Amino acid sequence: MAGMNETELRALSQEERAEALGMMSEQLTGRSMQAFFEPAEDENFLYPWAPVVDTAKRAEIDADGLSATEVNLKIRELMQDGVGTVRITNPRGMHSLGVGILSKLNLEFEGSLGYFAVGLIDGPNVRITGRVGWSCGENMMAGTVVIEKNAGSTFGAAIRGGDLVCRGSVGSRTGIDQKGGTIIVGGDTGALTGFMMQRGRMVFCGNAGKNLGDSMYDGTIFVGGTIQSLGVDAVEEPLTDLDKAWLTRKLGQYDLLPGEGVEHFKKIVAGRQLWNYDNLEPSEKKLIL
Amino acid sequence: MCGIAGLIHRGKSSNVGGEMTSMLQALKHRGPDSTGFAVYGESTPGDYVMRFKVAEAEDMASGYEISGLIADRIAQVEGRLAEHGASIKSRETATPYAMRYVISHSGDTEALARYIEDVDGAEILSLGNSLELIKDLGDATVVSDQYKLGDFAGTHSIGHTRMATESDVDIRSAHPYWAFPYNDVSVVHNGQITNYWLKRREMERKGHRFMSNCDSELLAVYTADNLANGVSLEDSLRTSIEEIDGVFTYLVATSDALGMAKDTMAAKPLVLYESDDMIAMASEEVAIRAILPQEIDTYDPYDEEVRVWQA
Repeated sequence: MAGMNETELRALSQEERAEALGMMSEQLTGRSMQAFFEPAEDENFLYPWAPVVDTAKRAEIDADGLSATEVNLKIRELMQDGVGTVRITNPRGMHSLGVGILSKLNLEFEGSLGYFAVGLIDGPNVRITGRVGWSCGENMMAGTVVIEKNAGSTFGAAIRGGDLVCRGSVGSRTGIDQKGGTIIVGGDTGALTGFMMQRGRMVFCGNAGKNLGDSMYDGTIFVGGTIQSLGVDAVEEPLTDLDKAWLTRKLGQYDLLPGEGVEHFKKIVAGRQLWNYDNLEPSEKKLIL
Repeated sequence: MCGIAGLIHRGKSSNVGGEMTSMLQALKHRGPDSTGFAVYGESTPGDYVMRFKVAEAEDMASGYEISGLIADRIAQVEGRLAEHGASIKSRETATPYAMRYVISHSGDTEALARYIEDVDGAEILSLGNSLELIKDLGDATVVSDQYKLGDFAGTHSIGHTRMATESDVDIRSAHPYWAFPYNDVSVVHNGQITNYWLKRREMERKGHRFMSNCDSELLAVYTADNLANGVSLEDSLRTSIEEIDGVFTYLVATSDALGMAKDTMAAKPLVLYESDDMIAMASEEVAIRAILPQEIDTYDPYDEEVRVWQA
């Protein structure tokens, strides 16, 4: 891999590319396994069919009067032409925009998006100047999404990688079933945040609603404000120096670091009692439930 | 799924009929079975607008006799209005089975309403000084055009586009519901109420009437019962979160206010926009964008959130 650029990698067969990247071939079709990649490899990783784009090459789509399908198709057509930065105006709360983009791309939405915005993406950097509706970034695998205003419920449901950032507040059930990656929220989050979370990290600079981390298996939730209540099997742990360093770096990256720093953040993790639920005595089960 | 929408202008009148039509049309994909509007217009003291129907849309295909039945039912309604001392000031017909009467009446409107609904096939959709409730099968544009709502002027409105899940596809089960017998109060709902029959029997024991088997009607009756007992709209909305079981988001409108409540699960959506001049809300932002295309700030209310706004 060393010394090979993206174009040279594309000239190789899938097996040769896997070897060049130092990976098993099945990993080429399964980006969800990205935890196994080294950061340097991840930078060069690409789907065999993904178009080569140049981020300096820009184009604009006016979504006024277009359907979501038409907008999404236009994005793909531009990518085939090598356009690496696409700006979309007048989205006006339309659903399902920017979904399923599986390669590098700078995507800029001027305005607000509806449900399922930028779901199932794997690699693009997205900026949304308005707000988003329910299920933004669902099943996101890699990339960065930054939303300037608020987001609806189930923000980042089942994401596996990347950074999903909302500068405003989000609705309920944020990060439900999260399997990796990072969710960062500048404001508040609603009830049942982190429900059945499995991996990854969530950071809320504001308050969290009731039943935070209910039935979470693993992962970490950081809350800067108040927590209405913890869910079943979610427990608070002390912040470590490593946590503080990570929070400072990550929040600073998106200009969301509070003036007073991160010392006051609470760290919520899985109690892991329910993991072994079937091994417990009946009396112990009663204690948990 | 269903879609709900509401808007209220502070201190001014606007084309709420046209605005609500645009909002509900943008939510058409959430439920194409029926569409309903509750619009609040100018009121004249002592005058009531009574929207009622004497048949269902599907009855019109049942044979030649339906026309005669409809004429007979209308005659009975008019006779009973006269018996109650109500004078009819104007009559309008949007469809063969749905009527709009402006009546002058100084007596007990609940007793009058019950007497009229005793006519076979008759249902009062709304009765109030400023409320007019319109609902029929089809999408927002179809219903709005049919009932000439495109230029209806008023202060506020709520609306609903329905995907039938808990009861039939008919006007009877369409929203909004008039909070019978409380004049000028209407309700739209998105969700499922799991203790519907329990609460319905409770309400029926108190003497309230149900015209449909739609769980959403319970919210109208429940609200009417609370208001009739002197409970404020805000307190009624707050109490409903504890007493009504299920997943729901609903809106209630009165002659001068609009309120919302969201259940403990927050499983049904609502997006809110609020400015000094107006408040607009809907199941999805696309509905708000239909009347406010410019960049605005919106947010999702949280679980157990209750809000009330004055016109």
